[in-house]
Amino acid sequence: MSATTPVFRGQKAQAATKQKRHEERMWREVTTPEGAVIRMRLADASERAVALLIDAAIMLVTLIVGLLVIRVGLSTGVVGDWDILSSILFTFFFFLLRGFYFTLFEMGRRAATPGKRVMRLRVVAREGRQLTANAIFARNVMRELEVFLPFSFLFFGGRDEPLTALTTLMVLVWLGVFVFMPIFNRDKLRAGDIVAGTWVIRNPKLSLAQDISSSVSEDAAEEFQFTSAQLATYGEHELQVLEDVLRSGSDDVKAAVADRIRQRINWEKGPVETDKEFLDAFYKSLRQTLETKMLFGQRKKDKYDTGSSS
Amino acid sequence: MADADLKSYRFRTEREADWLAFEGLLDQIQKSGVKSLGREELLALPKLYRSAVSSLSTARAVSLDRNLINYLETLCTRGYLFIYGPRTTFWKRFSEFFKRDWPQAVSEIGWMTLFSAAIMFGFALIVFFLVLGDPDWFYPFAAFLDIRTPEASAETLRSTLYTNSDGNDAGLSVFASELFTHNTMVSLLCFALGFALGIPTAILLAYNGCVIGAYVALYWSKGLGYEFIGWLLIHGVTELSAIVLAGAAGFLIGSTLAFPGDKRRLDAMAEAGKKAGTIGMGMVIMLFVAAILEGFGRQLINSDTTRYMIAAVSALGWGVYFYVYPRRWSA
Repeated sequence: MSATTPVFRGQKAQAATKQKRHEERMWREVTTPEGAVIRMRLADASERAVALLIDAAIMLVTLIVGLLVIRVGLSTGVVGDWDILSSILFTFFFFLLRGFYFTLFEMGRRAATPGKRVMRLRVVAREGRQLTANAIFARNVMRELEVFLPFSFLFFGGRDEPLTALTTLMVLVWLGVFVFMPIFNRDKLRAGDIVAGTWVIRNPKLSLAQDISSSVSEDAAEEFQFTSAQLATYGEHELQVLEDVLRSGSDDVKAAVADRIRQRINWEKGPVETDKEFLDAFYKSLRQTLETKMLFGQRKKDKYDTGSSS
Repeated sequence: MADADLKSYRFRTEREADWLAFEGLLDQIQKSGVKSLGREELLALPKLYRSAVSSLSTARAVSLDRNLINYLETLCTRGYLFIYGPRTTFWKRFSEFFKRDWPQAVSEIGWMTLFSAAIMFGFALIVFFLVLGDPDWFYPFAAFLDIRTPEASAETLRSTLYTNSDGNDAGLSVFASELFTHNTMVSLLCFALGFALGIPTAILLAYNGCVIGAYVALYWSKGLGYEFIGWLLIHGVTELSAIVLAGAAGFLIGSTLAFPGDKRRLDAMAEAGKKAGTIGMGMVIMLFVAAILEGFGRQLINSDTTRYMIAAVSALGWGVYFYVYPRRWSA
């Protein structure tokens, strides 16, 4: 840690705060009819872009396979006028795919297209209202305007004439306005989301991990007796950082954190004590102290919070 | 369970089983649908949801275990999205749409529809008189670059209206399926372009009107007005209504964007969007009906009287469905 130059650490800290601020901005609170506040994490624009690309790829592959099946695979069929029938079929197939791929999938149980599922996203109605089939329809009709129309202009031109530079530029501006719209508003809404009143959120999914405090044996609790002064050093923020370290930090990080805490609270490291035991025991004692205080309405936000100002 | 355990941990161990049971049910619903749940499980679902929600509130007050709180938050969010999500089956939704939502939504935007129709038919009328006065006006609006021009003889034009006995029906049905796709795209555009305050919608409607006016005038000037209108209206009643409604839905979106009224703009838009979405879905169905009438009815029925009768019946049908039938709820 000490090897890093101050400049580098400064940048890193800056990036971390930026990340944190972004994270804070992306959460939306919804109050359920039961009066509980739940939170939803909006999807990042980049995640949505990837989901769209996946969907586009699936549609393209489906279209090509469909074309092959209709044109080649079945052309030797017994039906007399197969050529005409197959072109009817293909026109309808293309129309159905273009018009209803998104709508049908989003009306499903998971409210997500395959691309969104891969990216663990789903569609919800804004501010926790009910998501209706009409909203899904409206948000996907707008896609016609946002993506399909300008792209088909770009690739197939208007009325068999090559596009002039001016029209190409206009189409690109058009595409730019709609494609980048999600980046320029707080809720990452594209035009279809605005019309339909929808959000795209990260699919909430998190498993319940073991409670760290339950891994501290009674013997260990005997061994680690912290004074109230030692436990008053840190607040809730540090407790949660410690929780993260204990749940997902590497051994090196744990060792570094244990050393810092020992130093700060003047804890003499025992002959057989391991960093993990120390941290677990300290976590449990700190949580106990803070939770007891919390029950009496005294919260200690972080180590700078002395409780005197409020 | 020792006394040394934290209170918040004891709180958790007492309720954990419920949470995990609720999570299991939600997983099962997501994987295989609500119908896969047994009677007992269905009854347990709302109870487990409420218990999870109350656990969340309590956990926020007594526990500092972040994983626990985050877990409960996601559990409650998932439960909430399911419990308050759309829970009708597809078929129920489907019949509800025809029985109520669609006609009601259409009847509610009567003024927009009138406006939309006025633009389209207004321009049709203007161009009609322009072309009657001077056939050169026809060319800017000639949408189909084929034999149907002012130079063509009345006989040639007449032949385009009726199918010969040896006509190739199959070719016509391809034409119909392509027209359906094309018309649906035009209507979807009318709808979507409402987003730009409805101005492009108006232009699209006006252009469509101009084309109609030009062709009516062309046939009219050759003394084929009655026949042509029959040819047009057999499916046109349905198709033009669909386009007019698409335009109306577009205007609804555009005018809400411009004048959201008392609500926040985003909320007003969401509400208008839902109504417009209903009309949009209905519009696709109408265009499908129109394509069938056009592809098969028009090609197979070559009698003017029958064509007019079908047109009249469809006009009456849509009119009653959209404007008389929904009165049951407004009363």
